[in-house]
Amino acid sequence: MSEAIPYTVDIRPDTGLNNVKLGMWLFLASEVMLFGALFAGYILLRVGSEDWPAGNSILNVPLATLNTIVLITSSVTMVMSWASLLRKSFDKYRLYMGATVLLVVVFLVIKTIEYSAKFDHHLYPSTSTFLAIYFTLTALHGLHVIGGMAVNAYLWGPGAKMWRSAPEQFTNRVEAAGLFWHFVDLVWIFLFPVLYLL
Amino acid sequence: MGENHETTHSEEHHHQELGFWRTYVFSVDHKVIGIQYAVTGLSFLFFGFCLMLLMRWQLAYPGEPFPLIGKLLGDSRMPGGIMLPEFYNQLGAMHGTIMVFLGVVPLAVGGFGNFVLPLQIGAPDMAFPRLNMASYWSYFLGGVVMFLSFFVPGGAAQSGWTSYPPLSVIAESGQTVWLLGMVFLITSSLLGSVNFIVTVIQLRVEGLTFMRLPFFVWSQFVTAFLLLLAFPPLEAAAFMQLMDRVANTSFFMPAGLVVSGQLVEVSGGGSPLLWQHLFWFLAHPEVYVLILPALGIVAEVIANNTRKPLWGYKSMVYSVLFLAFMSFIVWAHHMFLTGMGTVMSAFFQTTTMIISIPSVVIITALLLSLWGGSIRFNTPMLFALAFLPMFGIGGLTGLPLGLAAADIHLHDTYYVIGHFHYVVAPGTIFALFAGIYYWYPKATGRKMSEFLGKLHFWPSLLFMNGIFLPMFIQGLAGVQRRLFDGGVSYAHAEPVLFLNKVMTHSAWGLAIAQLPFVINFFLSLKRGEKVGSNPWQATTIEWLAPSPPPHGNFANVPVAYRTPYEYSVPGQASDYHPQFEPDRRVAGPPDPGEPEAAPATA
Amino acid sequence: MTTHDTAEIDKHVRTYILVFVGLMALTLVTVAVSYLDLSIAAGVGLALLIAAVKGSLVACFFMHLINERKLILAVLLFTVLFFLAVLLLPVLTQSNAVEI
Repeated sequence: MSEAIPYTVDIRPDTGLNNVKLGMWLFLASEVMLFGALFAGYILLRVGSEDWPAGNSILNVPLATLNTIVLITSSVTMVMSWASLLRKSFDKYRLYMGATVLLVVVFLVIKTIEYSAKFDHHLYPSTSTFLAIYFTLTALHGLHVIGGMAVNAYLWGPGAKMWRSAPEQFTNRVEAAGLFWHFVDLVWIFLFPVLYLL
Repeated sequence: MGENHETTHSEEHHHQELGFWRTYVFSVDHKVIGIQYAVTGLSFLFFGFCLMLLMRWQLAYPGEPFPLIGKLLGDSRMPGGIMLPEFYNQLGAMHGTIMVFLGVVPLAVGGFGNFVLPLQIGAPDMAFPRLNMASYWSYFLGGVVMFLSFFVPGGAAQSGWTSYPPLSVIAESGQTVWLLGMVFLITSSLLGSVNFIVTVIQLRVEGLTFMRLPFFVWSQFVTAFLLLLAFPPLEAAAFMQLMDRVANTSFFMPAGLVVSGQLVEVSGGGSPLLWQHLFWFLAHPEVYVLILPALGIVAEVIANNTRKPLWGYKSMVYSVLFLAFMSFIVWAHHMFLTGMGTVMSAFFQTTTMIISIPSVVIITALLLSLWGGSIRFNTPMLFALAFLPMFGIGGLTGLPLGLAAADIHLHDTYYVIGHFHYVVAPGTIFALFAGIYYWYPKATGRKMSEFLGKLHFWPSLLFMNGIFLPMFIQGLAGVQRRLFDGGVSYAHAEPVLFLNKVMTHSAWGLAIAQLPFVINFFLSLKRGEKVGSNPWQATTIEWLAPSPPPHGNFANVPVAYRTPYEYSVPGQASDYHPQFEPDRRVAGPPDPGEPEAAPATA
Repeated sequence: MTTHDTAEIDKHVRTYILVFVGLMALTLVTVAVSYLDLSIAAGVGLALLIAAVKGSLVACFFMHLINERKLILAVLLFTVLFFLAVLLLPVLTQSNAVEI
């Protein structure tokens, strides 16, 4: 059925877009508002509080810096995997996409270490408003990371079969997954200074 | 005209292989999903209406046992048939939630949007059919979760549909279920809105430029943007409230809170006002989500039954865009009494007054469209005509609420209840009825009975006003909303208490007035007059498809040749000239018009 | 995606590498700055400025917004306006509260 729907792969001349790309950007627009509201909550609570702790007095800045580097690198490997598909070199795609998924795993492992260190020191979301917003924001971001990882792993593994049957559509899918992944990276770029450094 | 467009759909053969489940239950066809949404939405409207009937009995006869079914509801709700205050609170919170999130919006956006919008733009389906199915089932699950919340210990949510903390954070477990249900409903809305926007932008047929879109498509398009950008903040707020309830955080809990003489054990430092900001950031645009699809339906029905083009189509379109933009920066007029200073309340008063202008432009344009028309008073038209004054009353009574000085007296009284019910009940719901009568022939191939339709309309109009007009009187007298005894314990309410009985009897009358509709709806499936593809002699593209449209909708891909409402064009043979028909006067090949790179604005 | 010629893709890839180096450098700068003894206003301002630059690099080059269609830019423009509304209006309202 779906093959009867126009512009799933081709570009509509007057808009210059296909459905998938437009849909992904609209979804990202709603994600901006989701994180925007949480940042609004952060600002309101911080402005209204009497003493707000400095992030680096509670959180582990070196670990978070490492995680920032890991996530940015994964964004580069992601965009490289897409560029490899444009160059029609599927093996390079496999390599870069695999690296992306591995880097995500590293990110999640570091995140787990960070969380468990907090719990060991009896620092919970209920301890203070700062920790509440730290855990909520990073957990929601973490859910996005896990979601992105699942999609990337699918596109690396079973989903990659599509390269042979419909290469153009597959490239579009990787591009859309890439957009989501860069967005996850972008959110972290703001979370990192806001939570850890200020 | 068929010779010009030989593009036939090749998918007809493999759709017949689909079994019962894939055709009627887990269908990806926009028409089936639209009907699923509409039927589920109507069922929830009925359920929410029943909750209201229970409340109205309690308000008219406080403390008296409920006849017949009172004892069946159990000792935790109505011991001996007498309603407990806690159960009244549950009914109030769930009536609001169900009517807004499970009834009207799914019917208006999910139902009409899904069924009509792709047909009106000549598309074979929505842009992402599987996403569409996921959206419906996410809504369905959200509905089931909300319904089941009545049966958890402590009952359903009791904190009003607004769920203000700190009360909602310390409330019984029903509130947690409410939050989970909302997450499902929000997900459904987000999936749906992405799909609608992409469909309108990408799947318009050749020649259907943005300024040739039927007004209904515009209204759905703008509504989708409101849902897309306004719902996520509520989702964020729901997560935070969930954290407050489950992980014991204090996003919304201030320090030193004392409940029932005991200090609440939280770390403190939270802000109850943060919830109100995030909630109303959604809930004000949500008002327009409730009203815009209704305006779209009314515009279609009025243009068709006055046999005239809509008066001021372009000003209506620009108004709707401006209205949507403004609706994001008016929300704190719900919060004038939260200790807001004069500077910010002046800001929100001003934006609120500004947003009333485009609404008035749209209503005026619809009213002027009636001028000089040879109006056909069929059932859809009666509902559409009644919509105009009813929505007018609802809108105009909102103005005093948007001014901080007047709002101090009126805030949280029955005046507010009367105001927004006039907008939504005899307003939006009447428009939805108009839509059901209007597009029923397209969905089923048969017309609904005109006699039963009129038997539905006139009593409904009478009883709707019987319910909601007295609310203004009570509200102006200072009777507060959310009082479980209807105000018996307040001396200032005494002179207007008799109105409670008037409203309750009107509510029962309204319930009875829906019987002709229910009978008509089911009877016409089998017995209704059979119709062809265009029973109303209408001009928009959905009337080109057969009734009911097959999978893939159109035998040939249609082309839009002109603006949507070319009725009674001088010099034409008939009084309507459909968008999908080539020019009759000029010989030679049709000019499809340039598909322009039209700007998409939110 | 339309077919790209190889030279163009090579140019893109060089850009990606440059952006990557820039992002890494800025990450180190923002951490280093946080250890300086700046006033709160300066520290917050600088950290947010660096984050904004990094964010724009990702959005412009990895997400190709720098040469994206007008339609998508229009959607994002409105999103940013409403984002600012939800960010600023509650704080402004809070700071304008009536003293009790």
